[in-house]
Amino acid sequence: MSVIVFAGAAQFAAVGYVAGGLPWFGVVLLTGLLNARHLLYSAALAPYLQEAPRARRALMAQVLTDEAFALSMAHFKRLGRTDERGYWIAALVATWIPWNLASLAGAAIGGSIPNPTSLGVDVIFPCAMIGLAVGLVTGRRELVAAIVGGIIAVAVSLALSPAIGIVVGGLLGPFAGFLVPKASAQETAPLGTSASAERYSMPGTHLEDGGDSVDLRAEPPPPMRGGPPE
Amino acid sequence: MSTSLILLAILMWAVTYPTRAVGLLMPAFDRLPRIVFDYLQLVGPAVLTALALTGVMIRESPDGQSTFYVGIEWVAVLVCLVVTAWRKNLLFGLLTSVGLVIVARATGLAALP
Repeated sequence: MSVIVFAGAAQFAAVGYVAGGLPWFGVVLLTGLLNARHLLYSAALAPYLQEAPRARRALMAQVLTDEAFALSMAHFKRLGRTDERGYWIAALVATWIPWNLASLAGAAIGGSIPNPTSLGVDVIFPCAMIGLAVGLVTGRRELVAAIVGGIIAVAVSLALSPAIGIVVGGLLGPFAGFLVPKASAQETAPLGTSASAERYSMPGTHLEDGGDSVDLRAEPPPPMRGGPPE
Repeated sequence: MSTSLILLAILMWAVTYPTRAVGLLMPAFDRLPRIVFDYLQLVGPAVLTALALTGVMIRESPDGQSTFYVGIEWVAVLVCLVVTAWRKNLLFGLLTSVGLVIVARATGLAALP
């Protein structure tokens, strides 16, 4: 399951559902709901990865997870442009390989650990998610989107189900972020972020065709002022 | 793992992969209008925070009922957030928060879930 599905939250949930005797149809349906957020991730990454060949993008999709998205997106924003190698490092080296090695280790020796929760393993996933979110919050807009998205997710989870709450929070949180004026978000963005790159018109995040669409194709950055000569 | 569960894993992949591939493979997503692009830049923080908060604040009973939960896990997430933001190091934040939970549970300050 770790190799094929490669979706931590869905795998954890599926184990609980199967152990609880939920029919397969229900498990698959809830997996689809829980993983619907990946649609948002792939849409957000698409402008950055448009230069990669189609077959390679199909492979990229297989290893797209919360972690791969957050790490590569933060990396792209720091650079102010795309970096395909950075995506593969985030998705394969930092996520897919460790996840599968850890799954193997868990299958081999997990049974000998009497009570894994005493080791705090249950808090690793939520802590990792909040830590990854920190890397993506580069201004007030992102901060507001994160806070409102989280609150909505909890409220909807209580009313319906966490699988639905996460998707609804992820969809509606950004609208709250839009209520923050863009200028304030950029003014507080530290140098090296996409907001600062955009503010200072660095290549790689400029607007084309009248400024109504975005082009983030990989371009070599210009030499930094005060940097080494070419 | 039962071999029959491999079929379940394949079915789970079948509903997961399309959600991951649509954005990356459909040409319409290559050049997005500025407002859609801006919206999608805010999706990451919102989804990741939603995952974190529901992970520590919501518990599901076997019959599927969601209940509000308060526990040491809240503190762990808060500590991870603060330490990661302060030290700019996710691993350090994770180790600190997990260490806190281990100590709290070992000393009886927090109950096991």
